[in-house]
Amino acid sequence: MNAPPAGHGDPRVAFEAAKLGLWTFLATEVLLFGALFTAYTVFRVKYPAMFQSEHLKLNRVLGTLNTLVLITSSLAVVLGVDAIRKGKARLLERYFGATVFLGAVFLCVKYIEWTEEFRHGLYPGTNIFFSLYFMMTGLHGIHVILGMGVLAYVVVLSRRGRFSAGYHTPVEVAGLYWHFVDLVWIYLLPLLYLIG
Amino acid sequence: MSRETNGARRTYLAVYFALVLLTAVTVLVSYVNLGLMNVVVALLIASVKASLVALFFMHLKSEDRLVWGFALAPIAFLALIMFGTLVDTLLR
Repeated sequence: MNAPPAGHGDPRVAFEAAKLGLWTFLATEVLLFGALFTAYTVFRVKYPAMFQSEHLKLNRVLGTLNTLVLITSSLAVVLGVDAIRKGKARLLERYFGATVFLGAVFLCVKYIEWTEEFRHGLYPGTNIFFSLYFMMTGLHGIHVILGMGVLAYVVVLSRRGRFSAGYHTPVEVAGLYWHFVDLVWIYLLPLLYLIG
Repeated sequence: MSRETNGARRTYLAVYFALVLLTAVTVLVSYVNLGLMNVVVALLIASVKASLVALFFMHLKSEDRLVWGFALAPIAFLALIMFGTLVDTLLR
């Protein structure tokens, strides 16, 4: 008798399948944000002077600060994944906890920015640049909130002793999602804050 | 095994400092008026940062061809969408 082919029951195959599934989801996310990036490109080519003057109204310092916050949160995620690969669940919980906290810091800074912009009469309907700005940072912010929820749930599962060096698929795929959120912001910073 | 994973930690920290450095560079360059080159430099740096995150933090470096395909295909589609849209809006 031949050995049965490795299927879903094989944990290694299941892990690879879960990872590929998450990458597939990220592909749809690229196209979701891609529609907005395309709209941005079209209007930037059409109204270069307006983008130039409007982007100077954004707070470049807070935008940069938030970039550093997100990059640091990504480092915490990858160190958390590294921790559970060695079977250190407590360390994973601490790193992912730090990421959730940094996500909250990011949202607070974003809140301060939006409040400031509203006070200066800059709304989503002000002009096409601010429509894109609020739409892109808003959609990204929703992703940050969802990511925080996912990472917090991973921490809860880890506290219940679900993960080990041998099995931690949810940790890995949650990490991939958070890095994607970081990736989107890496492009939003220059496009919105630096070059308008 | 433990030496190997400590090596991984060192790599993550090196990538992190590279990302911080590149962020500082791109922000500083934005205060200098280079004309159209500002856009080129900003997007180039962003793409280097994005590649670092994908390769090391998302472990794309150690993934097989199938995952690479799934990671790169949406970028190709996005380029196609942008190209098609721009051809339409610029030549209308």
